Amino acid sequence: MTDVTVAEKTSKHASSLHQTDVRTKRRNASEARFRFYGLTAIAVGVFALIVLMASILSNGIPAFFQTYVIMNVDLKADVLDPKGNRDPDDIAKVMTFGYTPLINEATKTLVAEIGGEVPGLTDKMVNNMISREAAGQLRRFVLAHPDEIGKTVKFEFLANGRIDGYFKGRVTRESAALDSNVSVEQLDIADALKRDGHLETRFNFAFLTNPDASDQRPEAAGIGVAILGSAYMMLIVLGLALPIGVAASIYLEEFAKTNWLTDIIEVNISNLAAVPSIVFGILGLAIFINFMHLPQSAPIVGGLVLTLMTLPTIIISTRAALKSVPNSIRDAALGIGASKMQTVFHHVLPLAMPGILTGTIIGLAQALGETAPLLLIGMVAFVKDFPAAPPEGFFDPATALPVQVYNFTQRSDPAFYERASGAIIVLLIFLLIMNALAIVLRRRFERRW
Amino acid sequence: MNDMRMVERQVGTKPIKISGRNVQVYYGDSHAIKDVNVDIEDNTVTAFIGPSGCGKSTFLRCLNRMNDTIDICRVEGTITLDGEDIYDKKVDPVQLRAKVGMVFQKPNPFPKSIYDNVAYGPRIHGLARSKAELDEIVERSLRRGAIWDEVKDRLNAPGTGLSGGQQQRLCIARAVATEPEVLLMDEPCSALDPIATAQVEELIDELRETYSVVIVTHSMQQAARVSQKTAFFHLGELVEFGETGDIFTNPKDSRTESYITGRIG
Ligand SMILES: Nc1ncnc2c1ncn2[C@@H]1O[C@H](COP(=O)(O)OP(=O)(O)O)[C@@H](O)[C@H]1O
Ligand SMILES: [Mg+2]
Repeated sequence: MTDVTVAEKTSKHASSLHQTDVRTKRRNASEARFRFYGLTAIAVGVFALIVLMASILSNGIPAFFQTYVIMNVDLKADVLDPKGNRDPDDIAKVMTFGYTPLINEATKTLVAEIGGEVPGLTDKMVNNMISREAAGQLRRFVLAHPDEIGKTVKFEFLANGRIDGYFKGRVTRESAALDSNVSVEQLDIADALKRDGHLETRFNFAFLTNPDASDQRPEAAGIGVAILGSAYMMLIVLGLALPIGVAASIYLEEFAKTNWLTDIIEVNISNLAAVPSIVFGILGLAIFINFMHLPQSAPIVGGLVLTLMTLPTIIISTRAALKSVPNSIRDAALGIGASKMQTVFHHVLPLAMPGILTGTIIGLAQALGETAPLLLIGMVAFVKDFPAAPPEGFFDPATALPVQVYNFTQRSDPAFYERASGAIIVLLIFLLIMNALAIVLRRRFERRW
Repeated sequence: MNDMRMVERQVGTKPIKISGRNVQVYYGDSHAIKDVNVDIEDNTVTAFIGPSGCGKSTFLRCLNRMNDTIDICRVEGTITLDGEDIYDKKVDPVQLRAKVGMVFQKPNPFPKSIYDNVAYGPRIHGLARSKAELDEIVERSLRRGAIWDEVKDRLNAPGTGLSGGQQQRLCIARAVATEPEVLLMDEPCSALDPIATAQVEELIDELRETYSVVIVTHSMQQAARVSQKTAFFHLGELVEFGETGDIFTNPKDSRTESYITGRIG
């Protein structure tokens, strides 16, 4: 250090720390700008999310409430059991159609009771206030309790979808005047019934347990079959995709030598993850239905298709999780004479578990929300009967939640639109639960090394 | 180098435990070990020294076939353990590694309890028939690792929660627990502070009574302190191999001399 001339005392930095120099000012300004951009981006995102949630909730929450009319029905023996022998087979011969007059009569009596003298009110209007589902409900009750025949029993019937809509704000007096399906007179009667406590709107648990209902009876439609169908498919996906995906990843990551073949496999798995889901639907249609002749609309086919779709996600995340386990752990185990398999199963896999589970749950969540491939394999059909318990139930027709949403939105009655939003809420809740589960599992298994 | 505490040098001949003949190691096309011949004696600490990247770790990993895990690595020549070729087709590397234990540069305890760390080897090799026997092995190994007193009250605490020096001694205890015949150590003290280093070095000297110990070190002082034999590697070649005292006081090769006097490395 001999060739250093004594530096002059002029520093390049600003002489006083209390003065910001030009460069610093510029730097601070650009930093402030960047923060502003970031905050704006987040604000836009949050705003969009709030609008979305608010619209779904405001549209969908009414689906969880339903209007019921409470009335006494005279279970006339001569109508319900013409032969008078209380033989279940004979009672069953009276079709749903035969029960309608009893309900009509009971409704008429009820309206008369509350003094519902509205000019222009016809019998047909009064009858239409009760859901068409009521007759079926009554019949089921009578078949289950034949000894009640001849007595007068208190029932809670679903109100017609328009009447229900009136109490939820979907139908107004102005719209009713223009709507041939509902009249202002009916709304007057409904108000009177409500005032006297014969009509109430309350939580509708049946929305979650009922099967779908036909176009004329939106008030009875539920998403029970769809929830069950989705649950069955998730079981299939979990049962197939997790073991296959994890086994494939372990083999590729821990055992396979890197050569052109594994390279090709790797590239293809990544590509598979990016294939549009509808392509998997076409594949499922061609292979599982046209070639293997599995039943249409069945959870087994949907589950298989979704398994194919989920596999790449699980494989990619599992491989990432395995890769993130430090090699020193493998060395440690191999170094004391553990075999490759012992090393993987005793040490690497447990450490990779949180990542694997997170990936699996994210894959399942994707599969749960998938619609397009299910449309192609016929899961969009109208299904009124619940599938049986697994494993037979895997082959019974069912729908799935997202498809049910799609299905509801295709119908003309606005009451179905409300139910579509309700089904979306249920779907979102399931997704939230799954993601929360993923976080909990990750926390729980997470270890530092 | 007057600060060196030269350990007693027995210039006796001990049985040869491991011997390498014309060993070549390739990583793909690069020739990492060139024609190495070496005889490692039983009950001796053999030190591998040399500048970084000269192939010390590579050669050490050949001795228990840890290089098998590296796809591109290829080993030629013969290495024998007690006269048996360890690269013979009939040899299962898993069996070999139970006999030739290894301690790594970075302490790598399993993220499990201290007890389970030590018990893992005996468990997979079926060395204990009962829980009591396993407890005994764990205690004995931890004592051999000179860490028993520090951890005896918290055997169920995670091994990863120990300090660096304790972790390394735990790893030594873990290696010892499988009752190997040879112990390979790859720069076991490079991540440790001087006090922990001294403890580990003391331990190595004790281990020599039972095992043949091979230690890679970049510290010549350490080699001089703990080893009886020293091998100097340079650019993949074994330049000089002999009594530690001779290597440090009377190197025959000019490269060895340059290295120990600090001119290369
Ligand atoms: N896994 C590997 N793949 C490719 N080359 C390697 C690998 N490990 C070591 N090498 C190369 O082999 C040579 C010797 O490395 P190494 O044995 O680690 O040296 P040392 O332990 O003496 O510092 C170096 O040139 C290094 O780049
Ligand atoms: Mg090294």
